[in-house]
Amino acid sequence: MTKKQQRIYAIILVVTGIAVAAALTLFALRDNVTFFYTPSDIIGANAKNIVKDRPFRLGGLVMYGTVEQDGKRLRFIVTDNMEDIAVEYEGVVPALFREGQGVVAAGTLDESGLFRATTLMAKHDENYMPPEVAKALKEKGAPHGRVPEEYP
Amino acid sequence: MSNALFALANPARFRKVGMPLLWVSSAASAALFAWGLWLALLASPADYLQQEAVRIMYIHVPAAWMALGTYSSLAFAALSFLIWRHTLAGLYIRAMAPVGAAFTAICLITGSIWGQPTWGTWWVWDARLTSVLVLFFLYAGIIALADAFENRERGLKAAAWLSLIGMVNLPVIKFSVDWWNTLHQPPSVSSFARMVEPAVDKSMLTPLLAMAGAYLFLFIALAVLRLESEIMSRRIESARMRRNHG
Repeated sequence: MTKKQQRIYAIILVVTGIAVAAALTLFALRDNVTFFYTPSDIIGANAKNIVKDRPFRLGGLVMYGTVEQDGKRLRFIVTDNMEDIAVEYEGVVPALFREGQGVVAAGTLDESGLFRATTLMAKHDENYMPPEVAKALKEKGAPHGRVPEEYP
Repeated sequence: MSNALFALANPARFRKVGMPLLWVSSAASAALFAWGLWLALLASPADYLQQEAVRIMYIHVPAAWMALGTYSSLAFAALSFLIWRHTLAGLYIRAMAPVGAAFTAICLITGSIWGQPTWGTWWVWDARLTSVLVLFFLYAGIIALADAFENRERGLKAAAWLSLIGMVNLPVIKFSVDWWNTLHQPPSVSSFARMVEPAVDKSMLTPLLAMAGAYLFLFIALAVLRLESEIMSRRIESARMRRNHG
């Protein structure tokens, strides 16, 4: 084996070794790497085995027609189109928060199944368009091409 | 292809090709920045949801692409330096790591400024944001390693190894938004499905691509310029050595 071949094998060995180590680490930590859980991770048949009595982040879409403002208190339902969780929040609401939009709330789930949020963040999706295009899409019955039909 | 690259690896030949390339790419970059920034900041519509904040995207997204692209080029140079001992490739790593770090910094800072009005937070530790921060630290490590040894060659070798090893982070950055739930949105343009049908309206895609072109030519111009000055400083150094010892 020439020196050059030795160097090539050393590089292949080191890089694959580190790639495999990184992949295994990230896979093992996948429940920690994830930024939020969706409602069906928490409740229902496919719920993951996660500790629910300590703070976590809940993410999904704000269900249409569920946003209620009661003084300072904001109530709405977060859905992933499989399971729904009711959220209660008091505090600064991000400008992009609205029905049908993605949202991530940090807080705790109480015994009654209500999620008490202490922080609220709006999630933006990958769609970028001027208002006229959004309006035209909505009129065609495909609101931004992403809101499911059961929540018109 | 590889023969042409090998020929370019000769510093003298590099200078001959480099100078015209520097002028052409500088001019192209300046022209595209002028057109792209005019489109992005003034002549394109506001977004239906983010409103004017969308304009940050035209600075942010190409910077992110170039941060990843520059890193890939470092890793490619590292391979050619470690296997074939191409001097120019070693110098390339030293020359371009700060440029990659700058692209990454622009990406992180503009992203943070965009995050505040849209998400309602400057920073979160989600997989995308964290892995891009790791990319910045990798660049910082490469810059530091390249100068960490008395012997220049050893410094370049260490920096090349770190560049190669850090490659592992690139797919993590790219696919973080697909593999895990993140606050950061999935790709609007840079995936196979999105290349066919981008999730960005045409009126916004044109300024984005113009800015991407401007960044790309800036990258080429900086690569030639900085590589040239690396060659020069190396020549000065060896001339000084000869005078002191000879």
